Amino acid sequence: MDSALIPKGVKRAPLWQFTLFIGIVGIVLLWGVYAMVLCWLKGLNQTNMNDAYGFALWIWADLAVIALGGGAFFSGFLKYIIGKDELKNIINYAVLIGFICYSSALLILAIDIGQPLRGWFIFWHANVHSMLTEVAFCLSCYFAVLTIEYIPLILENRQIDKVPFFHNLGHNMHHVMAVFAATGAFLSFFHQGSLGGVTGVLFGRPFGFREGVLIWPTTFFLFTWSAAAVGPCFTLLVTKITEKVTGKKLVKDNVVELLAKISGWMLATYIIAKIIDTWYWAAVTAPESGFSMMDFYTNNPVYGIWILVLEIVIGGVVPALILITDAGRKNKTALITATVLAVIGICVNRWVMVLQVLAVPVLPFESWFMYFPSWQEIATTILPVAYGIILIGLSHRYLPIFPQERELNPIEES
Amino acid sequence: MKSTNTQTKKYGMVIDLDKCTGCGACMVACMAENNVPFKENESNKQDSITWLRVYKMDNGKPYPENDICYLPRPCMHCEGHAGHSPCVSVCPATATDYSTETGIVSQIYTRCFGCRYCMAACPYHVRYFNWWDPVWPEGMEKMLSPNVSVRTRGVVEKCSFCFHRYQLAMEKAHYEGREEIEEEEYQTACCQACPADAITFGDLYNPKHKVFELKQTPGAFRLLERLGTNPKVFYLTSRDWVRKQGDNYLKNEGQVIAKGGH
Repeated sequence: MDSALIPKGVKRAPLWQFTLFIGIVGIVLLWGVYAMVLCWLKGLNQTNMNDAYGFALWIWADLAVIALGGGAFFSGFLKYIIGKDELKNIINYAVLIGFICYSSALLILAIDIGQPLRGWFIFWHANVHSMLTEVAFCLSCYFAVLTIEYIPLILENRQIDKVPFFHNLGHNMHHVMAVFAATGAFLSFFHQGSLGGVTGVLFGRPFGFREGVLIWPTTFFLFTWSAAAVGPCFTLLVTKITEKVTGKKLVKDNVVELLAKISGWMLATYIIAKIIDTWYWAAVTAPESGFSMMDFYTNNPVYGIWILVLEIVIGGVVPALILITDAGRKNKTALITATVLAVIGICVNRWVMVLQVLAVPVLPFESWFMYFPSWQEIATTILPVAYGIILIGLSHRYLPIFPQERELNPIEES
Repeated sequence: MKSTNTQTKKYGMVIDLDKCTGCGACMVACMAENNVPFKENESNKQDSITWLRVYKMDNGKPYPENDICYLPRPCMHCEGHAGHSPCVSVCPATATDYSTETGIVSQIYTRCFGCRYCMAACPYHVRYFNWWDPVWPEGMEKMLSPNVSVRTRGVVEKCSFCFHRYQLAMEKAHYEGREEIEEEEYQTACCQACPADAITFGDLYNPKHKVFELKQTPGAFRLLERLGTNPKVFYLTSRDWVRKQGDNYLKNEGQVIAKGGH
C-alpha cells in the first residue's frame, strides 16, 4: 500500500507488520505524553524531585542523550573536515540519531523547567556567566543545524524527490553541507563542554567542582572529549541493533571498523585524561575543601567505589582496549560489547555528575540525600526513546538512510 | 568587591549559637513576614519551604556527655569572589543578583523560570522551589503582607534578609531628607522575633553597628568557609565541637584552616 514511498531497490517489512511495530511503540509514547501533560498542567509536584534534588533524572537524561548524540557532530567533523570519506555511508544515520537525541533533550528541558512559558527568558535575560546560558544557545543553534542536515534526507524520499524544487533544494543542500557540518562541530565543541561546565563550576559542591583553564573547568574538556569518543560508539550500536531488527546488513564492515577505531582511540585518550583528572581531584581539589575521596563513596546505601570502577574501568578502559585493537574490532561480539560498555560508561559518568553531586552532604551536620524518580519522570524519560524508535522506523522505511543497503542486500528479480 | 562609595553596605548577621534555644520563633516570624507558603501536610521537609531553617546538631556522645546545638540557617548571602556567589553566577536568566550596594542576594520571582540550577549550586540548601501553587487557608490571604510579593508555582525563592524592610526604611529616610538609615531602622523579622537575642543584624562594614564588633569575636566562624563562598552570616559559640561542625575537615587536620575573606 505504501510501496510508492519506499526507496527503489530495497525490501521492507509488510505494512501490517510495520504498523503493528509502530503501534506498540506508540502506546509507550502516549504513556510518556500523558505524563508530560500531567507535569505541564499540574507542575513539577508530579515528580519525586525535591529541594535537595533540584536536578535529577531528567537532567541526567539530557546530559546522556546529548553525549550519545555526539556521533553526529564528530562523524560530520571526520567526514567533512578531516576527509574520512568512507563515513558518508553512516553519516546519514549519525545525523538522524543526533537529531533524535537533541530534539529529545530540548523536549525534556521543556518539561523540566518550573515555568515552561518563561523558557525564552534564558535567551532574553541571558546571563553570560552561566554555563546553562551557553548550553541553551549552542544547543538550540546546533539543533537547527541538525534539522538542516536532516532535511535533505527527507527530500530524498521517492515521492518528494519527484518535485523538481525539492529535488534541486536537496541537491544544493548536499553541496553546502560541509559548511553546516563545520558549524555543527564548532557549536558542539562548546555546548558539550558547557554541559560539563554545568557541574564543574559549582564551587559549592566539592564532588562536582573541578579546577581548570581560565573560566573552564576540566569537565568542560572532558565532556566534549567523551561525547566525541562515545557518540560514534552509540551510532555504531544503534546501527547494529537496526541491522538485527531488520535482518539486513546495512553498513559495510570497513566503515564500521574505521569509526570504531577512531572512537576507540578517542576513548583511550579520554579515559587517560579522565583518570588524571580524577586523581588530581581526589588528591588536591577535594582535600582543599576538607573532603577525602572516600567521603564521597561511603556512608550511604548506593554510591560506593564500585560506581567509579564501573565508569572508568568497565565503561572506559575495557571498551577502549577492545576498540583500539584490530582483533577486537573484527570480532563482532567484542565490538558490540565494547560499544555497550562505552555507552554505559558515559551514562554513568553523566549520572554521577548530576545525581551523586547532589546526593553528597556538604554541610557536616546533614546526611546523604537519596532519590528515586516518580513514574511520571520515568515515563517522560522513556518517551524520547519511543519517539526515537518511531522516527528511526519511519526514516528507515521511507528514506534512503543507508547508501550501501542496496549493494549489500540485492533483491532477486522474480 | 570593595567600593569607594561610602554608602556601600554589606548587611550580614551574627548568630550566637550558645544563646539559641531552638524555639523556632525566628522561623515563624520569617514565614509570616515574607508570605512563605506552606502545605497542608508539612511532614516531608524536603519539599516544604523554610527560608530560615533551624537545624539540630548533636555532638554524638552518649549521656551524660551528650550535647546539642540549634543552628538557625538563613540565606548566607554569599559574596563569593567579587560578587560571584555560587547561585548568582549560574542563573541563566539573571533572575538572582548580588547587590554591591547592600551585599544582599536577591531573587527576581517574575524572571525565574524554574530551572533550579541555583539550588544545585547552593551548598547550604537555602533555595526552595515552589512545587505547588500557594494555597492559603480561607481568610488568611487577607493577612498576607502587602510588602512582599506572593510567589507562584514553578519558581525558586529564598531568604531576602527582609529586603522590603530595607526599602521601606530607605524610603522613609529619603522622605525625611536623610541619605542613610540607622541600624535599628532596618532589622530582619527573625532578628526581632528571637526571644534569646541570639540573632544580631546590621552592616558588617559599619563600625557603629553591633555586628561589626561581634563578627570579630574570637572563634566566630562561617559555614563552609573553605569552599570560598564567602558568606555573610557569622556564628558564635564557645563549644569546640559546634565550631568544627561548621566546615569539613580531613581526619588528620589538626587545626582549622579558613579560606575566603571577610
